[in-house]
Amino acid sequence: MKIILRQVTIIHPEQKLNNKNDLLIENGVIKKIGNLIEEDHKTSEVFEFENKICSPGLFDMHVHLREPGREDEETIETGCNSAANGGFTGIACMPNTNPDIDSAEIIRFIKEKAEEHLVNVYPVAAATLNRKGEALAPLYELFEAGAVAFSDDGNTIKNAGILRNVLEYSRNFQTPVIEHCEDESLADGVMNEGINSTLLGLPGIPKVAEDLVVARDIMMAELTGGKIHIAHISSKESVELVRQAKKRGLKITAEVTPHHFTLTDDMLKTYDTNYKMNPPLRTREDVDAMIEGLKDGTIDCIASDHAPHSIEEKEMEFIYAPNGIIGLETQIGLAISELVNKKHLTIFQLIEKLAINPRKILNLPIPLIKEGEKANLTIINPDLIWTVDISKQKSKSKNSPFDKRLLTGKSIAVINNKKMFFEDKFISI
Amino acid sequence: MSLSNKHLLGLYGVPKEDIQTILDTATTFREVLERPIKKVPTLQGKTIVNLFYEDSTRTRISFELAQKRLSADTINFSTSTSSVKKGETFKDTVRNIEAMKVDMIVVRHKSAGVPTYLTKISKANIINAGDGIHEHPTQGLLDMYSIKERKGKLEGLKICIVGDVAHSRVALSNIYGLKTMGAKVSVCGPATMIPVGIESLGIKNYSKVEKAIEENDVLNVLRIQLERDAGKRIPSLREYHKYFGITSERIEKYNKEILILHPGPINRGVELSSEVADGPYQVILDQVTNGVAVRMAVLYLLGTMH
Repeated sequence: MKIILRQVTIIHPEQKLNNKNDLLIENGVIKKIGNLIEEDHKTSEVFEFENKICSPGLFDMHVHLREPGREDEETIETGCNSAANGGFTGIACMPNTNPDIDSAEIIRFIKEKAEEHLVNVYPVAAATLNRKGEALAPLYELFEAGAVAFSDDGNTIKNAGILRNVLEYSRNFQTPVIEHCEDESLADGVMNEGINSTLLGLPGIPKVAEDLVVARDIMMAELTGGKIHIAHISSKESVELVRQAKKRGLKITAEVTPHHFTLTDDMLKTYDTNYKMNPPLRTREDVDAMIEGLKDGTIDCIASDHAPHSIEEKEMEFIYAPNGIIGLETQIGLAISELVNKKHLTIFQLIEKLAINPRKILNLPIPLIKEGEKANLTIINPDLIWTVDISKQKSKSKNSPFDKRLLTGKSIAVINNKKMFFEDKFISI
Repeated sequence: MSLSNKHLLGLYGVPKEDIQTILDTATTFREVLERPIKKVPTLQGKTIVNLFYEDSTRTRISFELAQKRLSADTINFSTSTSSVKKGETFKDTVRNIEAMKVDMIVVRHKSAGVPTYLTKISKANIINAGDGIHEHPTQGLLDMYSIKERKGKLEGLKICIVGDVAHSRVALSNIYGLKTMGAKVSVCGPATMIPVGIESLGIKNYSKVEKAIEENDVLNVLRIQLERDAGKRIPSLREYHKYFGITSERIEKYNKEILILHPGPINRGVELSSEVADGPYQVILDQVTNGVAVRMAVLYLLGTMH
């Protein structure tokens, strides 16, 4: 099948593209950019995409699919549908499933399940067996099976000696280690520690719990020459630590979630458990530091930390409710509304952080917008004003604090693996 | 006389007039408690559930007695296990109870915010009987009542809360209520027991208990709660008593006019010496009696709102 994306604004930061053109895609491959003849129009399905942005397919490197184990909350399929609806053609899925992703069989299981989908799924494997931080997982085997990174996800690798071995061992295949940075001995709480935790009577987690581990990990990266990626950075001081580490040339990268650059711990005053996450929502000062970090490149990418939870689990007493929110389908809207429209980032920078940098961190090829290349694209309407309706989202779970929020900017189509997702439908192309 | 809110979730933001109304109403009920027949028909036909998700003896008994004195029908639902362990969700439990047509719910829970959450899933009047380390408004009210009873006023008084302020639900209710009534509130205790950012509420923090005794009119002495891991925040009970315990020697040396409150149960020889616990400076048992009157006032005012 042939399709034409008419008059799209092609933006590709790596290829330095920023122009309006027609795109002809045949059998999932970009056949022509511009110079279309009448014959092309007659034989193709034409999509009028004037004033829409065509970027390389977006990539979310921090997604929790709940399969295997909690298929009632999300499956590989529903998670991929959610990603497609949110504008992503690739995701990295985290290993805190049940069982954990700590064997090649589970990697193969996930890859097989995702094989037919528009969205490419890249598993992140556990760094240690059962994510316990005690013995190395079969890292080489996991890498060979398709793991793109290692992480004890949800747990910090507490023992520095074990972390050293993970970092050194994975240096052979250049795979990054993704760290959830939290010193457990300080993290006996359910929200950010500060005046708000005092006023709400909820036990707090000080930012230092994050900073300590970020500082240690930077030193470990220096010692081993390994690559460390800081997951969901949230504290101002941690951003500064990463900034300094980058200046020293260390292989440290970092991601931030939309909720950490949008919301503060003031939101918890309603005790709504949809504001309960880990790391917790911090203060205005931290939110500003996240934005500053995105602007100056200290923070490499934006990732959702999409964490589906069932209604009955999330609708619990605050201290018992699980951490986390879904985020795949609100991510672009929040990023455009909070970052681009507020003039913190250009749309170029945003696409770098949503499509280019995550793939670079994970050593994945960057999709090119070039004749002869596979079409791996996201079409964004940056001006579309829409209201979030969680009940209409594709994710199997509904735990989001952004329901009913007015956002600007939305993905209207994605194309990958000879498929297109447009107007709520998957089409083979 | 009526209150501005149909629930009592905490003393945060409760206007002065409401607190005054509750305290005045409590005076009336305090009188009732001195009569030979201590019962009034005020809440006849009203059904009240005491929903206690955490062990509590005195608060629950106090509420129950207050309800009986007002002729309400009372049901006790107590469980110390969380909804998680029990299998039924908290929401389902509440809906089941509400389906039995209850008018008011008195709730105690280990998690802060549960009373607020209840207002969203139930139509009943909600009274917070203690949520986590957040608030315990009827305790705050009975403390204020007891102080006023002895000192004749609240405005301009200096009150220091001594002990594990950070892990106490009594402290915040005292702070909010007393500040609204024009008293000056301070805290004193080992720094591991003082909440983060408390100074930003305009609260003085004494590091020495002697100074706190000397400069205040009232001490509200909190219980060292070993069941809430207080042991992790101090080296030993002996050391706590040595540096922060309220003893006759300290009182006699620094301030003989001081009034001592304690929410109970007392750890004798820890936060209070036995001499103080039984001595002339304290009003601990009056607090217990006043507690019934104050809870009657709250139940009455909320239960008769239209």
